[in-house]
Amino acid sequence: MALKLRLPVWRSRRVPAELGPVTLSQSRIYVLPTRAGVLFGATALVMLIGCINYNLGLGYVLTFLMSALAIVSMLHTFRNLVRLQLSPGRPEPVFAGDQGLFPLLLSDPGTVIRRSIGLAAANREASFVDVAVGETATVEVRIPAERRGRLRLGPVRVFTTYPLGLFQAWSSLELDMHCLVYPRPEPGHIPLPAPCAGDATGVESGRGQDDFSGLRPYQHGDSLRHVAWKAAARAEPLMTKQFTGLAAGELWLEWDTMPVDFGLEARLSRLTRWVLEASHGGHAYGLRLPSIVIAVGSGPAHQSRCLTALAVFQQ
Amino acid sequence: MLGVLIAVLAPHVIRIPVWVSAAVGAMLVSRGWLAWRGAALPGKWLLIPLTVLGTGGVVLTYGPGLGRDAAVALLAIMLGLKVLEVKFLRDATVAVCLGFFLIITNFLYSQTIPTALFMVVVMAWLTATLVALQDRNHTLAASQALGTAATLMLQAAPLTVALFLLFPRVQGPIFGFPQATSTGVTGLSDRMSPGSLSRLGLSDEVAFRVRFSSQAPAPHGLYWRGPVLWDFDGRTWTTGDTATTATGGVHHEGSSDVVRYTVTLEPHNMRWVFAIDLPTAAPPNTVLTDDYQLLSTRPVRNRLRYDVSSQLAYRYGLDEQPGLLRRALLIPRGYNPKSLELARQIRQQSSSEEDVVKNALDVFRSQPFFYTLVPPELGRDAVDEFLFVTRRGFCEHYASSFVFLMRAAGVPARVVVGYQGGELNPLGDYMIVRQSEAHAWAEVWLSKQGWVRVDPTATVSPARIQAGIAAAVPAGEPLPISVRGNWQLLNRFRFTWDAMANFWNQWVLGYTPERQTKLLTDAGFRAPSWQTLAVLLMSVAGVVVGVLALLVLRKLLLVRPDPAVRVWGAFCRKLARRGTRKRPGEGPLDFARRAAAEQPALEPKISAIADLYIGARYAGRRDKGEARRLRQLVSSL
Repeated sequence: MALKLRLPVWRSRRVPAELGPVTLSQSRIYVLPTRAGVLFGATALVMLIGCINYNLGLGYVLTFLMSALAIVSMLHTFRNLVRLQLSPGRPEPVFAGDQGLFPLLLSDPGTVIRRSIGLAAANREASFVDVAVGETATVEVRIPAERRGRLRLGPVRVFTTYPLGLFQAWSSLELDMHCLVYPRPEPGHIPLPAPCAGDATGVESGRGQDDFSGLRPYQHGDSLRHVAWKAAARAEPLMTKQFTGLAAGELWLEWDTMPVDFGLEARLSRLTRWVLEASHGGHAYGLRLPSIVIAVGSGPAHQSRCLTALAVFQQ
Repeated sequence: MLGVLIAVLAPHVIRIPVWVSAAVGAMLVSRGWLAWRGAALPGKWLLIPLTVLGTGGVVLTYGPGLGRDAAVALLAIMLGLKVLEVKFLRDATVAVCLGFFLIITNFLYSQTIPTALFMVVVMAWLTATLVALQDRNHTLAASQALGTAATLMLQAAPLTVALFLLFPRVQGPIFGFPQATSTGVTGLSDRMSPGSLSRLGLSDEVAFRVRFSSQAPAPHGLYWRGPVLWDFDGRTWTTGDTATTATGGVHHEGSSDVVRYTVTLEPHNMRWVFAIDLPTAAPPNTVLTDDYQLLSTRPVRNRLRYDVSSQLAYRYGLDEQPGLLRRALLIPRGYNPKSLELARQIRQQSSSEEDVVKNALDVFRSQPFFYTLVPPELGRDAVDEFLFVTRRGFCEHYASSFVFLMRAAGVPARVVVGYQGGELNPLGDYMIVRQSEAHAWAEVWLSKQGWVRVDPTATVSPARIQAGIAAAVPAGEPLPISVRGNWQLLNRFRFTWDAMANFWNQWVLGYTPERQTKLLTDAGFRAPSWQTLAVLLMSVAGVVVGVLALLVLRKLLLVRPDPAVRVWGAFCRKLARRGTRKRPGEGPLDFARRAAAEQPALEPKISAIADLYIGARYAGRRDKGEARRLRQLVSSL
């Protein structure tokens, strides 16, 4: 049960990420004075010298009380962290460019209230939380999600300087948590491709004619089937016919229909935008990628599936 | 936090110049106002000139050099500036540390018990401030922060006591800054005129406290020797010059009359060090003069504790220098003619010097003399008026007139001023001598006996010598109530308070290296060096911290896991050996179902175990029978 103070060990080897709840045992926790603690100690030392010089009996009492207080606070700071249990939460997916949110659940197996526990991913700003007895507190660790795919949490530093700020107890742990990062949707309002009539072969069946609702300027990537050729032949700018209602058509978001000069990420970006727009508009849609085809569907689960496929494409 | 800083600075307000208090107050208040309004803090363009102004002002007020008051003023200004600058947590700690420093500067002025209590309160407040600063989410109420601070301080108390007793004490000063003089202390001066001692009779301040290691003498033997006054100008007696080596030689009449005691002398700005007639040797840092005054090498400005022993039955001065004897006969011409005549008559009647003394004392005995704290004023011929007209006086009148008569009759005599008597404090087993016990008596030189003490007051008012001033002075006179000692309750309170103050002086303020060494030798260490101290301190501190750690951490590190959990762990391990491994994060129900599917033979047992475990762990069923059944089932696997 010995109280351990250790100098930080430089870890050169990769520690494998831990699954499941982690309890901070005493051997994982380091305790060192903070800068404020060093200042406090220096003040006490100067006061001690003053006491010796001026023979201040009461000054000795004060100085020793300060030192004893610092030592006691070290015990309390250690207690604030030891046996704290951290469990992974369920990170919600985010879009590239946003902050990945990793909820961590902190709880205490005993009867100790913990205050001002700080959590920070590598070198980022810390969030602080109090853990009451018997309750679970949630802290969201934020990491910027720059690229799409699976964002790993990486090492997280749990620390506290409560109650007096003279000592810091900390521990480093790595929970195996991943956050799904969807590709960044293309900015601006990209209109959806027109739905294809009929089945995948595109044969015009003539059933269920859509209602012609108007023309709009041709967008790079619109299906050529829907271009108003007659108007183009009249030397007018290229326009695309728009139809309302999808009674006979299925909306397919297709990889192949992208302009050839679009790179991989650009294509994914536009597809993401389309998926969002389609979901937002309440349409049913399908996704066709080189590696995967997702049948037409609608609803939040379908959206998740599509976005996930886009996120992990060729990862 | 501003509140605590104001509390820390408050006691100093009376000691530092007004402009400093005003400036610091303004800084603190403006900081509070800025915080309340949420405005930005002043930048460096304001703070740097303020710093320069403040420092310059302090230097101007106090001159160069860092005395006590100047240091305090400077600290106060620094604190104000720091508070204005504080933006981040880190800087706030600096302000708190400055606050601690200011508390200790208090002790440069006063170290009494009330000051100590104030220190504890302010320290608790400062600690609570630190706690509140650490509360990042602002969930802590002020009372909770204070409670935490109080708990921390209580837990720190044993370690504080250990450190206080065992930390190696070093005798200062280290860098020799002169301590500022304590002002306004009462005490004896180096001259005596009618009224000077009766003024002291009005004061109940403690002059010194005595602890006797041998038997305390009877009250009539308790003459505390102070200044010896040789020169008389008709009204005032002065010490004049005295050599600082005792030459008369003291003969001791047997060792049974030796008294050993320790005196704790309150500061009084003069050099007198008091001991019972006659001290046998000079304590460290003091010298014994020709006329057996005990003088400290430097004026007593701090509480002084010294051991001394005195010889009650003595004989000294048999071969006194003739020059001194002539000096002890000098009286001013043209003063007090009637007393001169009386002295001549006494001389004629007496056959020897001892007779002269006896006859002179008879004068006081036969005539109606009164002992009073408020004697009438005396004019030019003070002795004449006292002896023949007023006949009402305090000890200084009696001593002065007696010595005058002696000198006029040809017997060398001198006045000795000091204290007489003392009050035993039953609660602390020591004696208190107050300023009101100030006394003056005479010493005459007899050719066969040397210097002999004669106390004319004893003739007039024996009660004064036997029972102290309270018994001697009539009831209507302005003696302080506490000295009178009439009320039982007040007496008890007085004694208790004084015993506490004495303990405080001896053990907290007067814990010198010598006392520390004495403590260790009493505890059994033979020759404690500072290495012994260091080792002892480490081990005691280690034990204290260990006990503390146990106390603080017992809830966490001695937690015994739920026995049901242990049994479940065994169950999972047994199943894992059979090939069904529980996945992390898999709940007991899911796992049981999956295990039952994978190990159909064990299905009934598995379900039963799962049921019991879930009941014990989650439904709170604490039936011992069930727990036993659970264990049996698992061990039967």
